[in-house]
Amino acid sequence: MQAISFENVSYSYKQADAEYVRNAVDGVTLDIEEGKFIALLGANGSGKSTLAKLINGLLLPVSGEVKVFGKPTVGDDQNGLFEIRRRVGMVFQNPDNQQIASIVEDDIAFGPENIGIDREEIGRRIDRALKVTDMEAFRYSQVSRLSGGQKQRIAIAGALALEPDILILDESTSMLDPKGRKEVMEVARSLNREKGMTVINITHYMDEAAEADEIYLLKEGKLVKSGTPDEVFSDTATIRECGLELPRPAMLAEKLKAAGIISNVKITSKEELAEEICKSLRKN
Amino acid sequence: MQIVAEKLNFVYNKKTKFSVKALDEVSLTIEEGDFFGIIGHTGSGKSTFIQHLNALVPVQEGILKVGEYDLSSTAKKDKKALKKLRSKVGMVFQYPEYQLFEDTVFKDVAFGYSNFFPEATKEEKSKAVCEALRLVGLDPEEYAERSPFELSGGQKRRVAIAGVIVTRPEILVLDEPVAGLDPKGKRELMKLLHLLHEKECKTIIIVSHDMDEVAENCNKVAVFSEGKIVRMGTPKDVFSDAEEIKRLRLDMPLTGYLGQTLRENGFSFDFDLTEEDFIKKLQEIKRG
Repeated sequence: MQAISFENVSYSYKQADAEYVRNAVDGVTLDIEEGKFIALLGANGSGKSTLAKLINGLLLPVSGEVKVFGKPTVGDDQNGLFEIRRRVGMVFQNPDNQQIASIVEDDIAFGPENIGIDREEIGRRIDRALKVTDMEAFRYSQVSRLSGGQKQRIAIAGALALEPDILILDESTSMLDPKGRKEVMEVARSLNREKGMTVINITHYMDEAAEADEIYLLKEGKLVKSGTPDEVFSDTATIRECGLELPRPAMLAEKLKAAGIISNVKITSKEELAEEICKSLRKN
Repeated sequence: MQIVAEKLNFVYNKKTKFSVKALDEVSLTIEEGDFFGIIGHTGSGKSTFIQHLNALVPVQEGILKVGEYDLSSTAKKDKKALKKLRSKVGMVFQYPEYQLFEDTVFKDVAFGYSNFFPEATKEEKSKAVCEALRLVGLDPEEYAERSPFELSGGQKRRVAIAGVIVTRPEILVLDEPVAGLDPKGKRELMKLLHLLHEKECKTIIIVSHDMDEVAENCNKVAVFSEGKIVRMGTPKDVFSDAEEIKRLRLDMPLTGYLGQTLRENGFSFDFDLTEEDFIKKLQEIKRG
């Protein structure tokens, strides 16, 4: 089943003088299968966040059609949009402005309370959400006393309490330290592997992207490339044009090849690179 | 200006049950001309330490000298000198673009200048602002009258940095200067810092979570852990013990990891952890 499909979708933000500038998302067509872990890449201003907001109907396309599990985000059926928003959970960049309540469990309860879930069920959902995000010990903690990584995990838990089928991380790790980043990525990966949740990770970290099932590459609102990490990262010209770069080991591998030290450049991990250099030195 | 700290101690929420020891007998010297890296996981005392450098937090205990300014706990407080110190030690916080507030780039950069030099003439101010914008790579002709809020993330950050260097600090301290930027923005900003280091600010101090960035750019590094400095030296020294780096919950820089793996495989050679030197030394081995 297609979790998300875009059919020639465009969107542009209205300016103060009511004139439209260039499309923030420009004629994007894509199909994302249920259960995939997707990385969405692009430079600042390439339209990644706009695309994400089009998925859950926070923004509605100016032209084209967005469907989530076969249902369009635009239509007469208001309930349809509610249903889509419940099925698409979103976690944003800044850990400090996504919490509403002061205590962790109240914060997680906010979403389900809003859609009228009964008390007992909310309790069960909080249990589950905290368990999955490994935050059980913080159920009664003050949100303000948590670390950035912990806050982001609470934001994920809040999204999970609505039992979504798709989780969108909009640069959710960019303000975290390496430890917080790892925590959040581990939670996202386990949700994907164990619960089959479709995850869309918008990121500037190429090492995160290298671990996705598929990468979508945006430039100036257009989808310029998609494919497995190997496919996308082997097209170095396009990566550079998009203002991005290869994962660090791949970058160094290119330089080492140019310096005549190794011959294989199809390298994405540091382990592969180390092995390749050893191999080359042994030949001496 | 040289920075000398001896046995700095700092406790937050002193005498309450929430008290936290943030700095624990911190001693270090940062020489004029250093491109100094401060690393350590969250809560290790990095930010508390850098806030000491221009007296944003007062020294509770210990000695701290920044150039001719004595900020030690025992030194006499002199408000006038403090102001001068703050114009000499520029501080760029995390996500400084969130602190932009004026409606034009010019006004925003001028704000810092006017705070420190209220008696300056219009011409002097305009000259200083334009120069600062030029230094961060933004053409004043093109950007001065634009709203900072319509710029890209990387450009906003440049404006914020211009607002700090407009007072011509000799020491520039940046807390995670490239966090949140896209790869191109990161690359360009690091280039800018090197340019500033060459032309303007004699000493640059960065707090970073990116070990590759530190290995590649800094000549000296201090590792903070639980309020203490647990290692200090060149990147090569600091990252020489992979086990300890792991124990400190830090990552190895890529070149450090490769060097270590090569050593384990019987290829032993010495390099300074920059990619350039790594490649050079490998070439030497290859040639035999």
